[in-house]
Amino acid sequence: MLSAAPTGKPAREENAPAPPPRRSRSRGLTVDLHHLSLLGVLAVLVVVGAVTVPEQFLSAGNLQLVLTQASVIGVVTVGVTFVIIGGGIDLSVGAIVALASVWATTVATQEFGTAGMLLCTLLVGLGCGLVNGVLVAYGPMVPFIATLAMLASARGLALQISDGKTQVVEVDAVLELGLRDAYVLGVPPLVLIFAAVTLAGWLLLGRTTFGRRTVAVGGNAEAARLAGIDVRRQRLLLYLLSGLCCGIAAFMLIVLTGSGQNTNGNLYELDAIAAAIIGGTLLSGGRGTITGSVLGVLIFTTITNLFALNNLQSDVQQIAKGAIIVAAVLVQHRTTARSEAT
Amino acid sequence: MAPEQDQPLPAPLLTMSGITKSFPGVRALDGVDLDIVPGEVHCLLGQNGAGKSTLIKVLAGAHQPDEGEVTWRGKTVRPKSPTAAVRLGIATIHQELDLVEHLSVAENVFLGHEIATGGFVRAREARARTAALLTRLGHGEIDPNTLVGALPAAGRQIVSMARALSHEARLIVMDEPSAALGPDEVENLFRIVEALTAEGVAVLYISHRLEEIRRIGDRVTVLKDGRTAARGLPARTTPTRDVVALMTGRDVEYVFPDRPARPAEAAPVLRVEGLAREGEFAPLDLDVRPGEIVGLAGLVGSGRSEILETIYGARRPDAGRVLVDGRPLRPGSVTAAVRAGLGLAPEERKTQGLLLLESVTRNVTLSTLSRFARGGLLDRTRERATAHAAVRELSLRPDDPDRPVRTLSGGNQQKAVLARWLLRDCRVLLLDEPTRGVDVGARAELYALIRRLADAGRAVLLVSSEVPEVLGLADRVLVLREGRVVHTAPARELDEHRVLDLVMEGSTPC
Repeated sequence: MLSAAPTGKPAREENAPAPPPRRSRSRGLTVDLHHLSLLGVLAVLVVVGAVTVPEQFLSAGNLQLVLTQASVIGVVTVGVTFVIIGGGIDLSVGAIVALASVWATTVATQEFGTAGMLLCTLLVGLGCGLVNGVLVAYGPMVPFIATLAMLASARGLALQISDGKTQVVEVDAVLELGLRDAYVLGVPPLVLIFAAVTLAGWLLLGRTTFGRRTVAVGGNAEAARLAGIDVRRQRLLLYLLSGLCCGIAAFMLIVLTGSGQNTNGNLYELDAIAAAIIGGTLLSGGRGTITGSVLGVLIFTTITNLFALNNLQSDVQQIAKGAIIVAAVLVQHRTTARSEAT
Repeated sequence: MAPEQDQPLPAPLLTMSGITKSFPGVRALDGVDLDIVPGEVHCLLGQNGAGKSTLIKVLAGAHQPDEGEVTWRGKTVRPKSPTAAVRLGIATIHQELDLVEHLSVAENVFLGHEIATGGFVRAREARARTAALLTRLGHGEIDPNTLVGALPAAGRQIVSMARALSHEARLIVMDEPSAALGPDEVENLFRIVEALTAEGVAVLYISHRLEEIRRIGDRVTVLKDGRTAARGLPARTTPTRDVVALMTGRDVEYVFPDRPARPAEAAPVLRVEGLAREGEFAPLDLDVRPGEIVGLAGLVGSGRSEILETIYGARRPDAGRVLVDGRPLRPGSVTAAVRAGLGLAPEERKTQGLLLLESVTRNVTLSTLSRFARGGLLDRTRERATAHAAVRELSLRPDDPDRPVRTLSGGNQQKAVLARWLLRDCRVLLLDEPTRGVDVGARAELYALIRRLADAGRAVLLVSSEVPEVLGLADRVLVLREGRVVHTAPARELDEHRVLDLVMEGSTPC
């Protein structure tokens, strides 16, 4: 509906004749451009896969596998994206996933069946998020420190509960969710959960007062406070949301692996933060999109898959991921600078 | 350059002539002349916006002048950076001291020019030399090993001066050095200034307090509207009346809207009772009626902004309370104040008022978001339309609610902040320096707008460091000096001279 013409120069003289009304969509335009370039990267990766390992890469089974793998980290990334846009950081997501998956797969919890296990993962996630949020918002502690402390303690607690052993799930209903029989029109249930969380996150960020306040608090906390927004409450809610996403991801991981383990979710925090950054989220807060983060997750997961199919070592894979992070941020810097110059 | 006075002066240490400096939309300096001789205390006077800070920055190498010449010890110089200025021997002690709190006194003094051999700091020598400098400043008791963060404000200032001396500065610029000091500490500051000048170091002393200038100043240069209004006046003997006359009177006369014929009579909507914050402002009583604009006049540091922010709940009061329509507000809660109908246009618009990355619409609706939520989702069409109507009412230009707010001019950004509160039907508007960074041409429009907002039945509390603005816009004026109301009067009974007398001399009203 709007022309994509470059914006006019900012009017400095107020009594000078106003420049012709031109719709400024520089910001919307950059974001879209960024998403397009991410889609481009994804397309290139798919072409690489189709050329190097055509039969394996393009098989339905492999696509389902890639999407399933992306789902668990994707749900975590949605939560982390909110926290970062709100001006914070959450380093504890991987540890929370581990703790929730272990807690929900103890013999005692398994007695309550599927619903009991699901409830347990969600409550553990929310509980950890609550602690993070209270420490950050009312502590007040720097988010980096508070969530680093949570990372250490949640991993420790997960190890203590499981005693370092893999806890196998005996509840058939949970295991069946991961089986091919449960696929809806060829789509695994986990992918559906991921899609639902993505949609909810997209709506929440772009279309609700909660999302708008998140952007405000991350963009300029002082201005948000002076505009009457309860900044501390908003921060608390953001960590609760991140914890909730970890709980959901933990349940998905239990379904996927049929077990709970204290080593689950290892380095998820780094993958989630990297995906959000690649997706265009500003680490300093105030700007970011769910779409971008999800594209970031898909790019990372596809790379992992490609390297595995081509029998390349994971060290090369790590180097490639690092390079992509640097490239994404550099490109982003350019486009932002250009839009700001208009 | 011929000396202006008959008495022979030594050859000037520094001469600035015809200095101009423009920023987009503002001509900050418009031909400034200044000359300083060795060993004198030269005072720089001028109202806010007269160009003092810009001149200091030019001198310190932080700004490059557009035109004009700086002669330093007989040679034309153009310091390109603060480091270059320091190398020449011009040291500036800024109001916001630029010290690193986590480093020791000695480390701060030699920061940037550490005494070192092959990259290794010779800490013992630095400490010894720091101790010598501190002794020279009469503060041998400060331990060079102390962390600067542990020192009081006065101590930090001494460290800054020691740093200036460590560069062997010939000219030390002091920007409102007494602002953060208690009376005893000011005495000590004077002793140091005297000791320095006795050694031949010149001091450029910026202060609003006339009595200080009379105490230690030798000569005075007065700036007005970016020009030198008078140079080299004798500091001790020039009558206050003359100094104030030189500082006031403007080339640009602002156009102020007419006041309503009859004063507001309704019951006060905002009432402040005994509100106080220790070290910031003394217990304050204040009423603002619907339709009334009350102005707070005072210098920087007189507690103006602190008062507004405390009323607004952004600072927690030590005593007293704020009532809106007779109901007390929960102290220290912005949310409660906003809910009760208060709105603040903060002093620092960009850092405290706006989300610079966001559009006009999103900035305007920030305080009324829940109004646009339907079934949990925002109705963005209605949000945009409402915001558009609000900014159109304030004739915000350009007329485009999707434009990023950072691309607007200062006056239009201020309108975006005001539109936010209009949407909330706010009853009490607190305006902190509403025209800071706004072009002269756009000011009249903002003044008319503020008056219109008041006429619509809002109570307005206005803070400004520009005396004519307060006098021209407000119905009633409270004059503040060092956190205390020294005078209250209807604006039409005051003039600029009187107010400046009150804020600078603190003379009791007759």
